[in-house]
Amino acid sequence: MATTAMAAAAISATPSTVKNSFYACNNHAPFLSSCRPRLSFHHRLSSSPLTLPSLSAPKYSPIHRHCAASASSKVDASIANFHGPCYVLGDNIDTDQIIPAEYLTLVPSKPDEYEKLGSYAFIGLPSAAYSTPFIASGATKTGFPIIIAGANFGCGSSREHAPVALGAAGSRAVIAESYARIFFRNSVATGEIYPVECERVGLWKECTTGDIVTVELGENRLINHTTGKEYKLKPIGDAGPVIEAGGIFAYARKTGMIAAPSN
Amino acid sequence: MASPVMASNPAIFGAKKEFGFAPCSSPSIMRHRLPRRALNKVLAVVAPARSPGAPSASGSVKHAMTMTEKILARVSEKSHLEPGENVWVNVDVLMTHDVGGPGTIGIFKKEFGQNARVWDHEKIVIIPDHYIFTSDERANRNVDILRDFCLEQNIKYFYDIKGLSNFKANPDYKGVCHIALAQEGHCRPGEVLLGTDSHTCNAGAFGQFATGIGNTDAGFVMGTGKLLLKVPPTLRFVLDGEMPNYLLAKDLILQIIGEITVAGATYKSMEFVGSTIQGLNMEERMTLCNMAVEAGGKNGVVPADEVTFKYLEDKTSENYEPVYSDDNARFIGEYRIDVSKVEPLVAKPHSPDNRALARECKDVKIDRVYIGSCTGGKTEDFLAAAKVFLASGKKVKVPTFLVPATQKVWMDIYSLPVPGSGGKTCSQIFEEAGCDTPTSPSCGACLGGPRDTYARMNEPQICVSTTNRNFPGRMGHKEGQIYLASPYTAASSALTGYVADPRDFLM
Repeated sequence: MATTAMAAAAISATPSTVKNSFYACNNHAPFLSSCRPRLSFHHRLSSSPLTLPSLSAPKYSPIHRHCAASASSKVDASIANFHGPCYVLGDNIDTDQIIPAEYLTLVPSKPDEYEKLGSYAFIGLPSAAYSTPFIASGATKTGFPIIIAGANFGCGSSREHAPVALGAAGSRAVIAESYARIFFRNSVATGEIYPVECERVGLWKECTTGDIVTVELGENRLINHTTGKEYKLKPIGDAGPVIEAGGIFAYARKTGMIAAPSN
Repeated sequence: MASPVMASNPAIFGAKKEFGFAPCSSPSIMRHRLPRRALNKVLAVVAPARSPGAPSASGSVKHAMTMTEKILARVSEKSHLEPGENVWVNVDVLMTHDVGGPGTIGIFKKEFGQNARVWDHEKIVIIPDHYIFTSDERANRNVDILRDFCLEQNIKYFYDIKGLSNFKANPDYKGVCHIALAQEGHCRPGEVLLGTDSHTCNAGAFGQFATGIGNTDAGFVMGTGKLLLKVPPTLRFVLDGEMPNYLLAKDLILQIIGEITVAGATYKSMEFVGSTIQGLNMEERMTLCNMAVEAGGKNGVVPADEVTFKYLEDKTSENYEPVYSDDNARFIGEYRIDVSKVEPLVAKPHSPDNRALARECKDVKIDRVYIGSCTGGKTEDFLAAAKVFLASGKKVKVPTFLVPATQKVWMDIYSLPVPGSGGKTCSQIFEEAGCDTPTSPSCGACLGGPRDTYARMNEPQICVSTTNRNFPGRMGHKEGQIYLASPYTAASSALTGYVADPRDFLM
C-alpha cells in the first residue's frame, strides 16, 4: 500500500496522459490557474439570481461518496488505493453492454433509481463470453471493486448512466488501455469511478476475473497478487482531484469557481 | 468480437513531423496521387511540441486553424488556440431529451438550487424522442418531468407530446432530436451545440461544433451556459468523385469507420471535404457526421456552402457566421477517398467498424429489416428506400419496419411524390411492397428501448438496419445480429430476404 498521499497539484502528466486528462493544461498546472478571471463563476453568480454559498450540506448526495469528512486537504491514502477481486473485459466494451438502453428510464439523480442502476451494471454482457456475472444473482452490488479492460472502454453512447451504474454497483476504478471520450468525461464529471489508463497493451489478457489486485493511484501501479505481476499505470493527472472531490461541481465549489446551491 | 484498435498517436505533443498516409486495405482509399489542382495546401502534419511550463499562446506566433479550432476559438473568445488546449466555451444551444433530460434537470436543481433559473431559457431545446410510444410508466413520467421543468423555466423550445395514441394530435411534437434540431433551424454554421446524446455530432453537417455530453456536464451548462472542452486535433477526409447511383452517405461513413476503426478518431474532429461532399444534400451530410462518434470522433464537420444556406433559408432568421479551415491549417492526418471505387457496404455484427462488402454477404439470411433513426430515417432515406422498391416492383420477403424520424418526415412519406413513380408517394410504394405501415416518429428500436417498443428485437434474430450501432444487445436481444447498412442496401435486403447489394436493383 502506498504511504504517500496523492498531492493533487504535484502530479505531472506525461504527454500521452495529457491527451486524456480531462482538465490537464499544457503547462501542467492545476487547471484553474490557466482560467481567466472573468471566467470565475463565483463572481458571475453573485450578480445573478443565484445566491451566495449556503452552509448546509446537501441532504443526500449519492454521487459524493468520496467526500469523507477530513480535516486535511490532502488526499487520504486509503481513497487513493483500491484492493480486491478484479473483473476482466476485452476491447471495445460499449455503453449498451455496461447498461442496456431499456434501463435508461432510471434517472441517476434520484437516489432509489441510482441504486437500481447499479444493480444492472454490465447486465448487457453476452454470457457466452462473460460467464461470471458482474453482480451475483440476487445481489445489487458487485464483488469486484476493480475492473480491468482493453482498449476503447465505454465506447458508444453519451449516457452518463454508464459510469454511474459502475459506481453505484460499488466499483471504484477501471484500469483500461484507453477510453472513449464521452465515457471518460462522464466518469470525471460525476466522480463515480476513476478511469485509469495502463501502459501495457494487452494487460487484460494477463488477468483473470477473480484475481486479487491492488491499484495504487499515488504510485501509478497495479499489482496482481494472484499472478504476482506488477504493471505501470499512467498518472490520473488533473482528473484525479476532480474525481476525489466528488465530480466537477464539487470540485468547482471547493476551488471557488461556483457557489453552493441556493437552498 | 474485439476489432483491431489502431495505436493511439501520442505524437501530437511530440516533434513536428510528416504524417504519411495511413495504411489502407481497400482500393478506394488513398492509392491515387493528389490531383494536380490540389484542393488545398493542407499538410498532414502533427502539431508542434509545446514545452511544458511555457506560457500558453504568447500571441506572437499565430498560425492557421482548422474549422473546429476556429469555432472553439471564437466561442472561447480567444484569437487563437491549438489542439490539446482546454478552453471554456460559450454554448449557443443545449439540447436534451427524455433519457438525458430528467437526470440533467436533477443535477441542475441539486447543484444550483431548487429555485435556480437556467442560464438562457431560449437557448435550451428540450425534445422528447427516445421512449415515447410505450406504456412504461417511468418513461412516461420522464416526459412529464421535462414538461414540468419547461413550464417552470419558461423554456421556449419544448416539443411536447401528451397524447401517445395519436402523435398527429400533438402539433408541438417533433420526434428524433437531431433531425428536429435541423428542421427547426437550431443548427447554424459557426455555433456550438451540445446535447445529452452521442449523435449530437449530427449537426456538424451545418459547419458547427456539435458534440455529445453527459448529464453532469449538461447540468453545468444549464446553469452557466459554459463548458470546459478540450480542443481536438482534426482528421481530414477528402472525398472526391461522382457519387454512384447505388451509394449513399451511409456507405461513405461505413467505409471510413471500417478504415480507421471505432477508436480511430477518438478525441479528434473529423472534417469532411471534397467534391463528393459538395454534391451531398443536407440530410446526407447529416448521415455522415452522425456516425463520427462511431469512430470515436469528438465531432464531425462539413463546411457550410450554398446547399447549407439554402436549407436554412426558411428555417431560421438568426444571423450566423460560417467559418472555414485556413489553407495552411494543420491536420493530424488526412485520408483521401475515391468515391467511384467505394461499393455498397455493411457493418457486420457486432461493431460499426466490422466492414464488409454487401455483395460478399449475400449468403446471410435475414429475419427483418429496420429503416429508421437519426442516421437512416430521414426523408431522403425513405425516398431512397422507395426508389429500390419501385425499381423492383416486388414484395418484401421479411418484416420491414419503417420508423420516420420526425412528424415532418412522416408527412413527407405520405405526401412527396417519388421521382419516376408517376406521382406515387413513398407510403404507397411501401404499402405495395408489403412493408409495415410507417409508425409514429421517435428513436424507436434503434436502441432497443422498453420491452413494448415497436420493432424491438425481442428474439435472437438477424436484422439489416439503417441505424448507427450494432453492439451486442443494441436493438434489444443480446444475441440479436445487426447489419448496419444504407437505405438502398436495407431495402434491397428486404426484397431478397438476404443481405443484398443494391446494384442488383438499381442498375
